Amino acid sequence: MSAETYDLPPLEATGVPRARQMLERARWASRAFASYDRASVMRIVEAVTRVAEDRAEHYAEWAVRETGFGVVADKVVKNRLCSRGILDAYRDHDYVTHRVDEKQKIVEVPRPAGVVLALTPSTNPVSTLYFKVILSLMTRNAVVVSPHPFAKESCADAARVLAEAAVAAGAPDGVVQVVEEPSIPLIDALMTDERTDVILATGGVGVVRAAYSSGNPAIGVGPGNVPVLVDATADLPRAAAKLVASKAFDNSVLCTNESVLIVEESVADRFLREMSRNGAHVLDDAERDRVRDTLFPEGRFDTGLVGKDAAAIAAKAGVRVAPRTRILVAPFDLAVDEEPLAHEKLCPVLGVTRVPSAHRGIRTAAAVLRIGGAGHSAVIHSKDPRTVMDYAVAVNVLRVAVNEGGSTGSAGFNTGLAPSMTIGTGFAGRSSLGENLQPKHLVNLARIAYSSDVAERFPDFGAMAPWSAPETAVPAYPVASNLDPGSGSARPSLTTVPEDGTSELREELRRLIIEELNTLIRG
Amino acid sequence: MSFDYGDFSFASKEEMLEKSREFWNPGKTDFWVETGVPLVIDRREDYFIYDMSGKRLLDVHLNGGTYNLGHRNAEVASAVASAMSHFDIGNHHFPAVTRTALAEALVRSAPEGLTKVIYGSGGGEAIDIALKTARHTTKRRAIVSIVKAYHGHTGLAVGTGDERFSKLFLSDRPDEFRQVPFNDLPAMEQALAGREVAAVIMETIPATYGFPLPAAGYLESVKRLCEQTGTLYIADEVQTGLMRTGELWGITKHGINPDILVTGKGLSGGMYPISAVLVAEHAAGWLTEDGFGHISTFGGAELGCVAALKALEVCNRQETRSMVHYISDLIGRGLREIQADFPDWFVGIRQNGVVMGLEFAHPQGAKYVMRHLYENGVWAIFSTLDPRVLQYKPGILLRPELCEELLDRTEVAVRKAWAEVRSSGRGGRHGERGAA
Repeated sequence: MSAETYDLPPLEATGVPRARQMLERARWASRAFASYDRASVMRIVEAVTRVAEDRAEHYAEWAVRETGFGVVADKVVKNRLCSRGILDAYRDHDYVTHRVDEKQKIVEVPRPAGVVLALTPSTNPVSTLYFKVILSLMTRNAVVVSPHPFAKESCADAARVLAEAAVAAGAPDGVVQVVEEPSIPLIDALMTDERTDVILATGGVGVVRAAYSSGNPAIGVGPGNVPVLVDATADLPRAAAKLVASKAFDNSVLCTNESVLIVEESVADRFLREMSRNGAHVLDDAERDRVRDTLFPEGRFDTGLVGKDAAAIAAKAGVRVAPRTRILVAPFDLAVDEEPLAHEKLCPVLGVTRVPSAHRGIRTAAAVLRIGGAGHSAVIHSKDPRTVMDYAVAVNVLRVAVNEGGSTGSAGFNTGLAPSMTIGTGFAGRSSLGENLQPKHLVNLARIAYSSDVAERFPDFGAMAPWSAPETAVPAYPVASNLDPGSGSARPSLTTVPEDGTSELREELRRLIIEELNTLIRG
Repeated sequence: MSFDYGDFSFASKEEMLEKSREFWNPGKTDFWVETGVPLVIDRREDYFIYDMSGKRLLDVHLNGGTYNLGHRNAEVASAVASAMSHFDIGNHHFPAVTRTALAEALVRSAPEGLTKVIYGSGGGEAIDIALKTARHTTKRRAIVSIVKAYHGHTGLAVGTGDERFSKLFLSDRPDEFRQVPFNDLPAMEQALAGREVAAVIMETIPATYGFPLPAAGYLESVKRLCEQTGTLYIADEVQTGLMRTGELWGITKHGINPDILVTGKGLSGGMYPISAVLVAEHAAGWLTEDGFGHISTFGGAELGCVAALKALEVCNRQETRSMVHYISDLIGRGLREIQADFPDWFVGIRQNGVVMGLEFAHPQGAKYVMRHLYENGVWAIFSTLDPRVLQYKPGILLRPELCEELLDRTEVAVRKAWAEVRSSGRGGRHGERGAA
C-alpha cells in the first residue's frame, strides 16, 4: 500500500461550513425527535402555533417592509392560515402513532424523513416558513430554513422565535434552525449535502430545478399560470366578487392567483361591470398597451413590480384609475406565447379574453396552460357540472377550484383541498408531488407484514407504545456524572486518594466539608 | 507492500519499526509492540486513523483532545493552507496581526477577568509561562499541584507532575513543588496556610490520572482558599477546554474565574503547534515591566494563530455546543447500558461532557480494554497514572452513526477484556510503565 496524496480540503464560501454543521445538529435533533410520542409532539406544535399566530401581524408588517411585496392585512391572513389554520386542519390527524390493519395483517410505523431543508420564497416568506416548520414538527422532523435573501431578516427572526417556543415546549435542541445569511453557494451546499433528507423547494424555477438536481430527495413545485373560466351559467355577481378579491389578495403574489380571465361573450360585459363594482379597473386598448409595456419591458416581466398594488402599477404606466382600484383588467384576443399578458403576472393585473362558448373557453384555458403553469391550478365559475368536468379533463392542471377564488381556493383554505403553501404540479409540472403539500409527505411508513398463511395469527399491536415522552431537556445538559443523580447506579468513586494512615480521617473531614458546601450551594 | 511518501519511503511496516528503534526511540517503539498496540499512524481523516497495515481505528484518544475537531479538519486545514500564501511563523519580536486577532478572540471567549494572552509552542511551555507569571506576580516561589498531576515535561512543568518524569532527569525540586491529594480540601488548606505559595495549578479534571471528578464544591473551595492566601489559581484547561465538557472552558461550569488559564492541544485543531496562557490583568504585570521576559521563536507562530482562530471559532459555535450535549448524552447512556451488563468488571464511568474515564476492576484493567478496543477498531488509551482507568475521549463533532458504532465496538471489547481477565486470573501481564 502506498501512501495517498491528499487533496487540499476545499476552501468553502463564508458561512458554508457552519451551515453544513446546522444539518449535523439537525440530524441529532431529528433522531431524538423521532422517538417522541404523539402527546409530546402535539404539545410542541400547539406551542409553536400559538407564538406564530400571536406574531402574525408583526411578521406580516415586517415582511412587507423588508421585501416591498404584498399587502400587510392579507399577509396577516396568510400567517394565520399557515399557523392556526394548519393546526386546525391536521389536529385530528396522527403522524406518530402506529396504525394496525388487522385484515391485511399489516402494522404501519411512521418513520420521519429526518432533516427537512425548507427553502422559502420572498413573496410569501413568513407564511411559508410557518407552514413548513409546523408541518415538519407535526411529523417529528428537524427543519433547517433557508429563506430567500430578500426576506432573510424577518424569516430568521420568525424561525428563532418558533425554535425557542418548540424547545421550551420540550422539543429537541436544534429542531428548528435558520440560515441567517443565505447565498447561492450556501444554498447549493445545503441542497447537495447528504445530511439533507428532503428539500422543500418553493420559489423560482431555478431553485426548484436545482433542488431536483441536487441528488437528494426533493419536493419542489413548478410555477402557476392560472386560467379562470366564467361561463354563461355562473352566478356573475358572486363570481366577480370572488375573482376580484382573489386577484387583489396580497397583490397577487400567491402562485394560485388568477392570471387570465376567459369569459363567455354573452355575459362578458355584465361580468366586467360586476368586476368594476368590486374595484376592478378595465383598461381600454391604449391603457392596456401602456400597462403591458410597463409590466413587460422588452417582452420580459419586470420583477420590480412583483406584489405592487394596482394603483402603483397604474401610476407607473401613466393610467389614471379611481382611488379604490384593487386590480387592473387587461383585454387581449389570443392566448399565445408571444402575448405577454397571457403569462404569469405576480401582481394584480388580470388578462381577459372573450370566447364565444364554454367549449371555446376550455380550449383557451388549455392554451394558457401551454404557455406556462402546467400541473398547477385553474379556476372555473359555472353551474354546469358537465362544463366543469370537460374543463378539468382538458386543462393540464391538478386542481380546479370551482366557484371560489383561486388564491386561497387552490391553496385549500376555502375548499376541501389540503391547506398548503406548496402546490404540487406533478409530472406535467416536473414535480414529484401532485397534491398540495401536507404533513403525510414528510413521513414514510415502515410496514410490518405478517405471512398471509391462514395459520399465521396476527398479534395485537394496538396497545403497544413504541414512542415516549422526553424525560428531560433533550439533550440533557452534561452535568458531571458524580454530581448527577440520574447518571446510573454504579457511581464513579469521588476520589482516588492513595491509601495511607490518615486517609480515614481525611475521608471524614472531606465528608463534613462537602456536606457543608452542599448546604451552602443549596442556599 | 511498500510505503512511498515521496521524499522518503519504507519497504514495509517491519522495516519502519526497525528504523524507528534504531534512529528514534527504542523504548517507545518497543512499548507499543509489546503492549499489543503496534500502531504506526499512516492515513488519517475525520475521527479515523489508519495503521500502516491499513487497519482503521476510530480515535477516542485524540491525543488528549488535540484532534477534538477530527483529523485534518477541513475548515482548519483549509485556513492554514490558504494562510500559507501570506504568512509564515512570523517574528516573535514584533506585534503581529494574527497574534493580536487570536488574543482578542481568546479573551472574548474566556471566563471573566482574563485580559491578556501569552503564547507558547506547546502545553509544557505554556505551563512554564503560567508558573513564571505567578511567581512574578506573587514574588513567591512555591507551586502546589495535585498528586499524580500531569502538566507537561518542560523545566518547571515537570516539577508539578509525577516524580517518574522529574527524577529521571534529576529535575525534581521538592522544596519548590508540593503536591496534595486530589479532592482533599484539608490538605490543600494546609499547603496554602503559610501564604508562601505562588500558585495552585490544577487540571479541571486530571486527565492522565484517569479523569477523577472534582467533588461537589472542591474546586470552588480551592479557589476561595487561593483568594484568602494570596495564591493564584491556574486552571489547566488543555484537556477540559474547547467545549469538551459542553462549555467552551470546563472551569466555567464551576463558576470559577481563574487568575490564569492554560490551553493547548486542540487549540489549533491538530494542524499546527500552538499553546496559549490567558492571564488576569493583576497577573499580567511582567508584560509591561519587561515584555521580552519570556521569549519563544515558535511561540505564537502566525500559522498556528490562523489555525487556532478557526479552531476556536468552530469549538465556540452554538451548533458545536449542542452537538457535544447530544454526543455526551448518547455515549453516556450507551456506556451505562454496557456497564449494567458487566457490573463486576466495568465499575465506574467518570463523565463530564465528552471527557470520560472508564474504571475497570483490575489494577491494569484499562490496558486489557485498550488492547481489545484496538483489535476491534477503536483507539483509546489507558491512564498512565491510574491504569485501572481508560481515557475515553470522543470527538466533539462526531455524527450519530459513529457514536453508535463506537458503542458497539466498545461493548465487544469490554466483554472480551473481561473474559480475558477472568481466564488469566487477576494480576495482569503488563508492567506499570506507560505512555503519557
